[in-house]
Amino acid sequence: MSVTGVSGEERNDFTRAENKRLRARSVKLAGQLVRPVRWQITGSGLLIVLGTLGSVAGPALIALGIDQALPALTSAGDWMPVILIASAYVGIGLLGGLFRSWYFRMAARISQRVVYHLRLRLFRQTQDLSLSFHEKYTSGRVIARQTSDLDTLREFLDSGIEDLVSGVLFMVFTATALIILDPQSMLPVLISFVPIFFFAWWFSNRSRKAFRSARVYSARLIVQFVETMTGIRAVKAFRRERHNEKTYGVEVDNYRMANQTVIALFGIFDPGLKLVANLVMAIVLLLGALRVLDGTMEVGILLAAVLYVRRIFDPVAELAFFYNGMQSAGSALEKISGVLEEEPTVPEPTRPVPLAAAAGALDFTHVSFHYVADRPVLPDLDLHIPAGQTVALVGTTGAGKSTLAKLLARFYDPSSGTVSLDGINLRDVSNDDLRRAVVMVTQEAYLFSGSVSENLRIGRPDATQTEVEAAARAVGAHDFILSLPEGYETDVNKRGGRLSSGQRQLLSFARAFLADPAVLILDEATASLDIPSERLVQRGLKTLLADRTAIIIAHRLSTVAIADRVLVMEHGQIIEDGTPADLIAGTGTFATLHRAWRDSLA
Amino acid sequence: MTTTSGAEAVPSADDSVSRPRTLGTLLRLHPYVKGSYTRLTLGIVDAIIGALVALAIPVVLSWIVDGPLTTNDSEQIFPAVGLIAALGVLEALLIALRRWLVLKPGTHVDGAMRKAIHNHLQQLPLAFHDKWQSGQLLSRAMSDISTVRRWISFGFVMLTVNVITIVAGFAMLFYWNPLMGAVFTVCSLPMLYFGVRFDLRYMRLSRAAQDQSGDVATNVEESVHGIRVLKAFGRSTFALDGFAARAKRLRNTETRKGVAVGNFTLSVTTLEAVAYALSLIAGISLVSTGAITVGVLFAFFTTAAVLRWPLDSLGFLLQLTIDARTALDRFFEVIDEPVRVEESAHPIDLPAASGSLVFEDVSFTFADAPEGPKPLLRNLSLEVRPGETMAVVGLTGSGKTTLTGLTTRLYDVTTGRILVDGVDIRDARLADLRSRVAMAFEDATLFSMSVRENVLLGRPDLVFPEGEAEQAAADHLVTQAIDIAQADFVYTLPDGLETKIGEEGLSLSGGQRQRLALARAIVTEPAVLVLDDPLSALDVTTEQQVEAALRRVLATTTALIVAHRPSTVMLADRVAVLHEGRIAEVGTHAELLARSALYRHIISSESDEPHVIPDVTAENESVIAAGAEALGEVDSIDGIRGVQP
Ligand SMILES: Nc1ncnc2c1ncn2[C@@H]1O[C@H](COP(=O)(O)OP(=O)(O)OP(=O)(O)O)[C@@H](O)[C@H]1O
Ligand SMILES: Nc1ncnc2c1ncn2[C@@H]1O[C@H](COP(=O)(O)OP(=O)(O)OP(=O)(O)O)[C@@H](O)[C@H]1O
Ligand SMILES: [Mg+2]
Ligand SMILES: [Mg+2]
Repeated sequence: MSVTGVSGEERNDFTRAENKRLRARSVKLAGQLVRPVRWQITGSGLLIVLGTLGSVAGPALIALGIDQALPALTSAGDWMPVILIASAYVGIGLLGGLFRSWYFRMAARISQRVVYHLRLRLFRQTQDLSLSFHEKYTSGRVIARQTSDLDTLREFLDSGIEDLVSGVLFMVFTATALIILDPQSMLPVLISFVPIFFFAWWFSNRSRKAFRSARVYSARLIVQFVETMTGIRAVKAFRRERHNEKTYGVEVDNYRMANQTVIALFGIFDPGLKLVANLVMAIVLLLGALRVLDGTMEVGILLAAVLYVRRIFDPVAELAFFYNGMQSAGSALEKISGVLEEEPTVPEPTRPVPLAAAAGALDFTHVSFHYVADRPVLPDLDLHIPAGQTVALVGTTGAGKSTLAKLLARFYDPSSGTVSLDGINLRDVSNDDLRRAVVMVTQEAYLFSGSVSENLRIGRPDATQTEVEAAARAVGAHDFILSLPEGYETDVNKRGGRLSSGQRQLLSFARAFLADPAVLILDEATASLDIPSERLVQRGLKTLLADRTAIIIAHRLSTVAIADRVLVMEHGQIIEDGTPADLIAGTGTFATLHRAWRDSLA
Repeated sequence: MTTTSGAEAVPSADDSVSRPRTLGTLLRLHPYVKGSYTRLTLGIVDAIIGALVALAIPVVLSWIVDGPLTTNDSEQIFPAVGLIAALGVLEALLIALRRWLVLKPGTHVDGAMRKAIHNHLQQLPLAFHDKWQSGQLLSRAMSDISTVRRWISFGFVMLTVNVITIVAGFAMLFYWNPLMGAVFTVCSLPMLYFGVRFDLRYMRLSRAAQDQSGDVATNVEESVHGIRVLKAFGRSTFALDGFAARAKRLRNTETRKGVAVGNFTLSVTTLEAVAYALSLIAGISLVSTGAITVGVLFAFFTTAAVLRWPLDSLGFLLQLTIDARTALDRFFEVIDEPVRVEESAHPIDLPAASGSLVFEDVSFTFADAPEGPKPLLRNLSLEVRPGETMAVVGLTGSGKTTLTGLTTRLYDVTTGRILVDGVDIRDARLADLRSRVAMAFEDATLFSMSVRENVLLGRPDLVFPEGEAEQAAADHLVTQAIDIAQADFVYTLPDGLETKIGEEGLSLSGGQRQRLALARAIVTEPAVLVLDDPLSALDVTTEQQVEAALRRVLATTTALIVAHRPSTVMLADRVAVLHEGRIAEVGTHAELLARSALYRHIISSESDEPHVIPDVTAENESVIAAGAEALGEVDSIDGIRGVQP
């Protein structure tokens, strides 16, 4: 089993080596995140130091007031020292406050900057990853990585630096003071770090698993939530609510248990540290008291030493919090770094062959393709489509038509053989060039929430409003768009839910018109249209396709009328290939199909 | 891509930002916290005792110093140190106890809220789901609830303890010396003002940040679900730009939150410093006049020192509280949304199934449809007799899908009524209705489950059947449904019927998905079948096979079938033509072909066969002009073509 990328993400029984590898990966990512802001972090640490110094100075000033200013006032009636000390107090307090408030701003800036850049990086990465990744990883998990995992990281960043810097500094300052005051009392403190170390080690080992499960369960929650809400129609119509309630309930309980485990562990860790601290204090007191009785130690020193010991351990709670947060963030980083580590299986070429203006000649040379190993969808495909040809691709469902189309659009790379455009292997064409040359209208007409014109502009972001409307007119969508409440600016709602399925298809059609590619692939792009609209679209197509290569996949054989050539596909193979007239006139599958289709017409 | 943010699409927070409601909102947690009050109260008591114990340690210390150590009484050293150690152990135990006490409430409330919002969302009508951005729902169900959990198990307890400490502390200050106490208090009072101001400012920011993170989630979700489109057009960079803009907005808001907290901290520390300084002046002058002793002065400042941490942490705790409050607001915005498709209060049992489906004078308008006199469906009446198969045809956007959705109350009619077996569907139990009427949708949604579970979606009782007879019955049903839908490809999948499909499993081709969706509707053996364009993704051969098999089912089942193709229409006994919100014609296919120009226009290819269309390319005009002209031409050919408003 491997832990590369996202594989093994749901496991929680890693071997030592795997754990090490995962940790190294998270640490590396953490390093990359921190590097650009290392100076800011140092700066903000400094601000806390200054802020803390301000608050440490307070008691000293009050002591000064009592020791110096009081006698001055009582004996000489001199108000000056009192006023001076009071002003100093205000001044120092104000300065400390300034530093602290400055720190808050800076901390927010740092943590937001880190999160923002990581967010964009993750987004870019998920966009770059190939469809095969998305198909097995599920949208819910991708969303989880980009939302709840990032939230976890942000939580840590928001308070982490303060906890760490102020905690450590405070300890160091106090320890120094104690050593100067009475080195012997420092000994028990030093010894106490041994059990504390083991305790922390125990906590980190135990909590890592729980934190990991928390991330896994939270991702599962999101997966199910997204699936239910996306398929809400079917959920309602088939009364899945009860069932979903149960399965979601189980995941919620799992998530809750993972969280409880973490909190319970922390509930032992935190008071445990306190216990060590208090016992050490008692020991220092005992040893000190014996020395006082011996006469080898002053009472005052003992008092101070005991107070210092207590203060050394004060920030321990903060450090524990920091550690806890770090573990939690670490588990999120572990998952995020997994996604970032994934390599796109359909990579951009490092040295692309330039493709300025594609003519649109397409070639499949000994292409075989499978989604699942040993189950070839296309066993061995050879096909040449000259530039400018309009090809109709027909065949039984599941024959592999969409697969062929997706290979052309380079959603996948063939398992063996090559697909090429104008003689250039698609693997050598840069994404930008490829997308300019080849556009595919997929079987699902997916619309984004946002206005109609925004959706159309996916085809060409810089299109003018006139061009957008012209494209809509060309497919006969202009009229219904105008009848929407705000015309082209109407929000189509999520997934285009405000529109009928035919209307959605028209829009995704218009989108492709706008893109104006050399090769256009239409996968069942008119399946949901009524006959008059389809007829209209076909007229538009006839003009549109005149000077470009087109692959039209359709079950309605009316499409065939505008094609120069028909391919019949069965079980991943092309069994018939010819002009529509020839095939219809012949005795093959297509002739039968066509006859059946004619008969089915009214 | 997405411009309308959730904050605009849903009731905005701004009008609800009024301070007194913070407490009110938090109190609404009551139903979720109900079982946990004892533990929470004990947790608070525990925290207070813990604070007292912590305070007692210095007292014992000073007693040791003043007592045994000064009198050199070695006898008493060990018990005294023992006492200190015991107090230390006690303090640790109390902390552990407190953590244990609040452990359950926090996570339980969290769990209860998560389940509540998920279950409520499932109940909410489609009209709600149409309107709300997916990310807004997701962020409410995930991060907002986590915010509340953190507040309950940490913020709430600390805030209570600190407020108690502050009140007690101020009382003690007055006890030591009323004048100094008054000075200190008066100086601290402006904190209230700053607190309120911070509250208002921060609440806006906090709410905005949560809304914006919901928007970011929406973007994430759409960029993932729409990845094929983005890839097909090579628009990842374009999508990234839109995403970056939103992420930046969120980043700015979050940063401004930091600034607000910083400013508040500044005002608190400044006020504190002034209070200390003035008290110091007052104290020293009081001592100099002999009004109080130095000991009292000491005591006063020691007490004041105890107040320091509670006061300093106020900003942070207030921040947590406000975050929790706005998160709760967002949570309740969903929970408060009424389930509009409601179960009738006095549901009627549906009579034995005969399978009649009647639309009586039905009108329907979508909530967000444009203002106007023309509802989408108006005064529509249609009767589907028991056992009859009725096809519905109509132009794109004429409301066919909407009409089918009304039958299972995915939407409720605006006026008029729909009767199933003579009962107004609003009077029947939803579960009864939805098991009597089964649907297949235009877009086949498959869930991440095995093929078998997907087919048995409407019959979960058969997924894990009890006895052998049940097993056989279930198997028979599934096999039969798969047979009728011609979905026997499933047997060739790697694990046959047990193959996991959907997002977490194997992807299927468009036609394969559609056939499973059809099998899913058939398997429930409903009295009424509602099929929305069920064969659109099938090739001609497969379609013919499905039709032949479907006929057997349709012979005994009432059915409403939306159809675009003549071949599908042939399945039906009668055809209804939906046009401009009404059923324009009803009759058999042959009748309608003969008598209705509208019907011929909608269904028939003959009037205008594709390959006899005059070749517009000849005119050598731009695509656009051709498209426009084509449109104009059809309009003039027969003036019937109209698109529904
Ligand atoms: N992402 C995928 N992962 C695994 N198998 C797949 C995937 N997509 C398709 N298949 C399988 O590959 C085969 C060919 O599918 P394809 O989508 O190319 O068919 P099609 O000819 O387009 O059919 P239809 O007309 O139904 O759309 C089918 O058996 C299908 O189950
Ligand atoms: N949720 C919604 N909110 C507002 N308007 C909607 C909503 N859903 C659909 N509409 C509008 O109602 C009209 C009818 O839509 P419907 O989906 O019922 O059409 P249809 O007849 O099924 O079309 P098609 O043949 O394309 O599937 C369309 O004009 C559409 O824009
Ligand atoms: Mg396909
Ligand atoms: Mg429809």
